[in-house]
Amino acid sequence: MAAIFPKSSDLILKILGAMVGLGALAGVAGYAYYTYPTVIDTGYQPVQPVPYSHKLHAGQLGLDCFYCHSTVYKAAYAAVPATETCMNCHTKVKPESPRLALVRQSFATGQPIPWVKIHFLPDFVYFNHQAHVTAGVSCVSCHGRIDQMIEVHQEKPLNMAFCLACHRDPAPNVRPAELVTKLDWQPDPAMGKDAREIGQEIIAQKHLNPPTNCSGCHR
Amino acid sequence: MSLISIKTGNATGAKYWRSLDQLAGTAEFRQWLEREFPAGASEMLDGQSRRNVLKVMAASFGLAGLAACRRPVEHILPYAKAVEDLIPGQAYYYSSVMTLGGQATGLLIETHDGRPTKIEGNPDHPVSLGAATAMQQASILGLYDPDRSARFLENGAETKKSWPEFQAYLKGISLGDGSGLRFLSDAVISPSLAAVRADALKKYPKAKWVEFETFSRENERAGAVLAFGDAFEVHPQFDKAKVIVALDSDFLGLDSASPLPTKQFSKRRRVGSEEDLDRINRLYAVESQFSITGANADHRLRMKAAEVKQLAIDLAASLGALQGLNIVGGGDKRAKFLAAMVKDLKSAGAEALVVAGPRQPASVHALAALINQSLGSAAVSYVKPEKAEPGIDSGLAGLKTLTADMNSGQVSTLVILGGNPVYTAPADLQFAAALAKVANSIHLGLEEDETAASAKWHVPGAHYLETWSDARSTDGTVAIQQPMIDTMYGGKSPAQMVAMITGAKDQKAYDIVKNFWTSQWPAKDREKIWRKSVHDGIIAGVKPVEAAKASVDAKKLAAAIAAEPKASTDGVEVSFVASSATWDGRFANNAWMQEAPDPMTKLTWGNAALMSPATARAQSLTDGDIVTLSRGSYKMEAAVLIQPGQADQAVTISLGYGRAKCGRVGRDVGFNANLIRVSDSPWFASGFSVAPTGKKFKHASTQEHGTIDDKGVNAEHQNSRPVYREVSIEEYKKNPKAIEEMSEIPELQSIYPERVYDQGYQWGMAIDLTACTGCNACVVACQAENNIPVVGKEQVTRGREMHWIRMDRYYVGPEDDPRAVEQPVPCMQCENAPCENVCPVAATTHSPEGLNDMAYNRCVGTRYCLNNCPFKVRHFNFLNFHKHEPELEGMVYNPDVTVRMRGVMEKCTYCVQRIQETRIKAKNEGRRAIKDGEIVTACQQTCPADAIVFGNINDPNSRVTKLKKQERNYAMLAELDIRPRTTYLAKLRNENPELA
Repeated sequence: MAAIFPKSSDLILKILGAMVGLGALAGVAGYAYYTYPTVIDTGYQPVQPVPYSHKLHAGQLGLDCFYCHSTVYKAAYAAVPATETCMNCHTKVKPESPRLALVRQSFATGQPIPWVKIHFLPDFVYFNHQAHVTAGVSCVSCHGRIDQMIEVHQEKPLNMAFCLACHRDPAPNVRPAELVTKLDWQPDPAMGKDAREIGQEIIAQKHLNPPTNCSGCHR
Repeated sequence: MSLISIKTGNATGAKYWRSLDQLAGTAEFRQWLEREFPAGASEMLDGQSRRNVLKVMAASFGLAGLAACRRPVEHILPYAKAVEDLIPGQAYYYSSVMTLGGQATGLLIETHDGRPTKIEGNPDHPVSLGAATAMQQASILGLYDPDRSARFLENGAETKKSWPEFQAYLKGISLGDGSGLRFLSDAVISPSLAAVRADALKKYPKAKWVEFETFSRENERAGAVLAFGDAFEVHPQFDKAKVIVALDSDFLGLDSASPLPTKQFSKRRRVGSEEDLDRINRLYAVESQFSITGANADHRLRMKAAEVKQLAIDLAASLGALQGLNIVGGGDKRAKFLAAMVKDLKSAGAEALVVAGPRQPASVHALAALINQSLGSAAVSYVKPEKAEPGIDSGLAGLKTLTADMNSGQVSTLVILGGNPVYTAPADLQFAAALAKVANSIHLGLEEDETAASAKWHVPGAHYLETWSDARSTDGTVAIQQPMIDTMYGGKSPAQMVAMITGAKDQKAYDIVKNFWTSQWPAKDREKIWRKSVHDGIIAGVKPVEAAKASVDAKKLAAAIAAEPKASTDGVEVSFVASSATWDGRFANNAWMQEAPDPMTKLTWGNAALMSPATARAQSLTDGDIVTLSRGSYKMEAAVLIQPGQADQAVTISLGYGRAKCGRVGRDVGFNANLIRVSDSPWFASGFSVAPTGKKFKHASTQEHGTIDDKGVNAEHQNSRPVYREVSIEEYKKNPKAIEEMSEIPELQSIYPERVYDQGYQWGMAIDLTACTGCNACVVACQAENNIPVVGKEQVTRGREMHWIRMDRYYVGPEDDPRAVEQPVPCMQCENAPCENVCPVAATTHSPEGLNDMAYNRCVGTRYCLNNCPFKVRHFNFLNFHKHEPELEGMVYNPDVTVRMRGVMEKCTYCVQRIQETRIKAKNEGRRAIKDGEIVTACQQTCPADAIVFGNINDPNSRVTKLKKQERNYAMLAELDIRPRTTYLAKLRNENPELA
């Protein structure tokens, strides 16, 4: 019986097969890449209802992180400040600025300012700010140089690999607890010790032992 | 269960059995034993073919793909003006008090960001002592009940009208001197409400106020009148008694709305040292139904409720306390039981205590008082109640008079303050018909219930967690009821309602309570005392009640009892008890309570006509047969459940079911026993006929769920590895190794490398089976703490209930008259956990502190772990049980615990969120050591018997280590080399050698 298709059609079949195979591979690779937290989460920079500049307040004016995020060292959550905190200064500084209209309105009506959440952990992850800050992990380790950001974006992937890397080897990220909000802190070269060595000393002194088992973070 | 299999009796020879099916070894039972779930349990959904499901799934995947392109925007909403000292996300605890059945129990309520999430007992409150019952725990769900009354009803129909229109309506009623005005409320134990009431009765001198509770102590008071010639409250102190006789009294269970009796009783049940063995109490129970008091009794005698009176007479006469009444010789067992009790009570003297149950008539209470007096018992005291003011009527008699007045047209305005009399009133009163004759009937309530539908007006009430009040407990302590949240639907408290009617100056609940108390205090300290009282939950300086002298005139009492007409005990007796789930029906819409298995019957989602195997056999009845119970013109239909240990010819049925007008959860669940309950015999009555209807009903019972195979590989050796162990004290003293010797543990070798657990904290738990009463408080506390879903009746029948603590109830002995024991079974946190090495995705792994961690987000739902768990304590989310949950109900969740999705396995983790919280706290406080007892698991915290102890087993001085050193400590299924961290302290039975 004569062949229905010429012999050359075999090649087309092979090419087609290869294309489907490559396509699937590309699809898997693409999916893996584009859903990876370093790609999908880092750089997230939503528009905030009030154009608040961390660069101006924390960087140039030198406000300490604790001034506004006052619960980080005593609670699991680093609370976003109440409108009242803004008004501590802004009744005097730029009291008429149109950019602060929402802040003044919130203060007058009692309605909260709807800040957009940037650093987002899944519901099954229980991160405790107090524990980290008390141990000497700086804000910068997870949030980056906030003092240089006009509008805040997510700098670190904050995925499980990111957390575990530090929990397995915390030394580079541990510093004296009183310096956690000094985002540009570098060890004094005169001391002759780098950040890791300082971290190791603190770990030994405080007996830091970050958990790496599941219930350390998942409950 | 078929009739034939009952007849075969103990075919399997099991010593500890859970059901008659197990005893007979039926195929249905073997399924529960051998399979992970019964056949068909893995079917996904009803009424939807698999194909349909796949279609739906494909569609939702498509949508999910699109939706996932955009990251969901979440907002952070801080306060505009900060609240001083409030840290967002932190849990805060506030004191309050809950009133149930005329009893006040002080509570501590955990709130997260302004929403109450969990209820615990207030350790400073003398009636709670830190414990809370299952109902108190579950009452928080009532606050977030989406079916709660949120609107006004006029003539039973929805109306747009609200408080202003209602107030106008009130103004339109001319009350005059109040001759047509009646109030109907629950028992008033709130001093501020009593003050408001006094004002109302002063303004309307001819008005009347009726207090009515379904489960009240009025028989006890009537008994005191009979015995002492005056009304007294009886205050038993179970911790002072060595020999206790409970005459139809379920004081450990449903006859007490507070955890206090269990707290007191268990004080002398916990054995910490050798001396405690001689302090341990002995409990005799005489009852018709099998209550948890009967289960915890060292000796139990079953008899019809109507026969208890004669036993009390015989007991009093045998003790020489009563002359002139003949001792009626009963059967052999009864005579022996009586003789043993008499001897024991006599030797206990001041440490003897006889208590009569609230369902027993006045004469039994009087006899109990007489016996206690003749024995010189120091374990009971009598308190003179506050004199009832004129115009106040109470109890069933009060309700009867009220109904008569309503029928004769004397009542023009009836204000019902809480309660649901249309449903709870005995059938012969025909309350609904009488209510229809009242021109102005106003119902203030939390639910749109039967009464709300029949009243002219229904107005929403305030839940106790959202309004101010106060409550006096039996010992005189007054606690402030502090709201945790603002009223969600603008509901009002009973005191506010009365104040509105009288037009009093104080209209706000806060003002009513605060001004009532502060006006009694010196002006300069008012604010200080008030703040302290609200903080502590107890008003300082309120005098506790004082015991009064009371003595019984034995001759008069004998004459009075001799003159009483002899009640007939012929025919079938039906007795009515409170429901362990719904109480008198008020928790019917509470899903936690509906799904909590009854401690004895293990029924969920419903009640049943309980009868003994012999009674059922005589009528050829089996489980689930619907019968008609009738007497005269009163009848009801109910499904039969065979209850081993039930008195013969006696049917027990719990009230609080079969609610016609109720929310989505409780509507038409179970059978309404109020239909056959009449006011002259409200608790038990003889002469009922039981007629089969030929219809069948499916009970949702959990008694066979999670059955552990106690025969092991050696099937020919019965009970070669008993999971429940008990020993009599005599035997234990002779041979302390008796518990250990119950199973033979071969030399064990693990194929896995040995893990060493000698560093840091090593968590462990000990559960004392001698103290545990099986009351269910831990089951519900665990549910509240760990966001455990409710699955519904249909899913329970498939064995899918999710409770992390399974309360196993075993019977021991013959099917007609067995003993019963209770055993809470949580995850054992095995050191060599069989679940861990079969998990393909490492979702369950071991922590360095010995916890069997469960990472929900990792679980893919293979269920291998459950299959490999010898205790069957892992639970699988077959469906997304949170899917159809209204948003409001989600407010009750504990934010410290993940809410699990469909397809995820879950189990007890020793409340790891509490461990971590305390660990972080200790670390932040300079990395100090965690103190023993600093971490308490939710079950341990609420256990009224203090039977659960958790702690660091690496610390030789911790309580748990010391308990585990006792000889009676045993690990369940230790033969498997799984090394459970949770171990049991075997039950010590304080048997009377003469009855053994």
